[in-house]
Amino acid sequence: MEKSTEPEEHDLGSRLRGSVASVFGAVGEGLLTLGILVTLFLVWEVWWTDVVGSRHQQDIVNALDWAVPAVPACELAGVCPSSTEDADPGPVYPAIQEDDREREAPPPSETVPGAAETFATLYVPRWGADYIRPISEGVGRRSVLDKLGIGHYPNTTLPGGWGNFAVAGHRTTFGKPFERIEELQIGDTIVVRTESAWYVYRITETHIVRPSFDAAIAPVPGEKFVEPNGRYITLTTCHPKYSASQRYVVYGVLDYWAYAWAGYPPEILSGEEDAADAMAVAERGGTP
Amino acid sequence: MYGWIWRHLPGAFWVKVLFASGLVMAAIAILFLWVFPWLAPLLPFQQQTVGG
Repeated sequence: MEKSTEPEEHDLGSRLRGSVASVFGAVGEGLLTLGILVTLFLVWEVWWTDVVGSRHQQDIVNALDWAVPAVPACELAGVCPSSTEDADPGPVYPAIQEDDREREAPPPSETVPGAAETFATLYVPRWGADYIRPISEGVGRRSVLDKLGIGHYPNTTLPGGWGNFAVAGHRTTFGKPFERIEELQIGDTIVVRTESAWYVYRITETHIVRPSFDAAIAPVPGEKFVEPNGRYITLTTCHPKYSASQRYVVYGVLDYWAYAWAGYPPEILSGEEDAADAMAVAERGGTP
Repeated sequence: MYGWIWRHLPGAFWVKVLFASGLVMAAIAILFLWVFPWLAPLLPFQQQTVGG
């Protein structure tokens, strides 16, 4: 009897030790797995969404048959190096002439886009002449902002419309369309292009506001319960970077609009510093 | 869990390694394509919109 109980006790002890060890082993594996998941999530969020987002947003722009690609500034000025003449010169975009810049006449009425439909493109010269991003309907994270890039607040007016054309976009990750929002200065140009027209806005104000500050997208930016009194634009994004605690907002007012056939806004190609020069070039008829 | 998976993978050592890396790839793909995109908006960082 004694000889048979001893191994049983030994078995019990080792089983106990074994199960304690396996519990700790499972906890260890769980912690390890959690660590790997968190790391993978960070890799996905900070790196992968940018890789996929930038490419996807470029594809969206390319798929718009009316979208005008970013072109080198020399094409506007007509001074591209002769070496490119051998190759296909591609389309030439003449600068919009002063006569074609509409400041008084109301712009064409834009078609109301369907949910998640891409209906416009955004150019910001301060962010480079090659900056062009799609604008799609809606500001849902999963449907628009994380997938298509810049989103239009559905209850705000359309590009060039009477009231406030308000859009939101990521400042970090997912292709980060508004990454360099803090570089924008009063007087900078924001250009919106639809199938039918160009809308050239000038920045009037930049603010850091609370997330609940919905007056930012009111018909008159920053002023609630005020009747629309002009054609405005609002850009909203997160602040500080990667945070949800505040929002960075940029207000602008329409400077002029022009039909798509009128040419190409010189402001886009010249960048912010050289805008005045490009205007001068354009006014001389496109030759430097 | 990892030990259990390893023991149940068929074949010799290198075949097991092959299967194991396939499983890792599949797990990462599922996370990147479906789980993380669903999870991201629920987390309390970087929101872009104002108001509700």
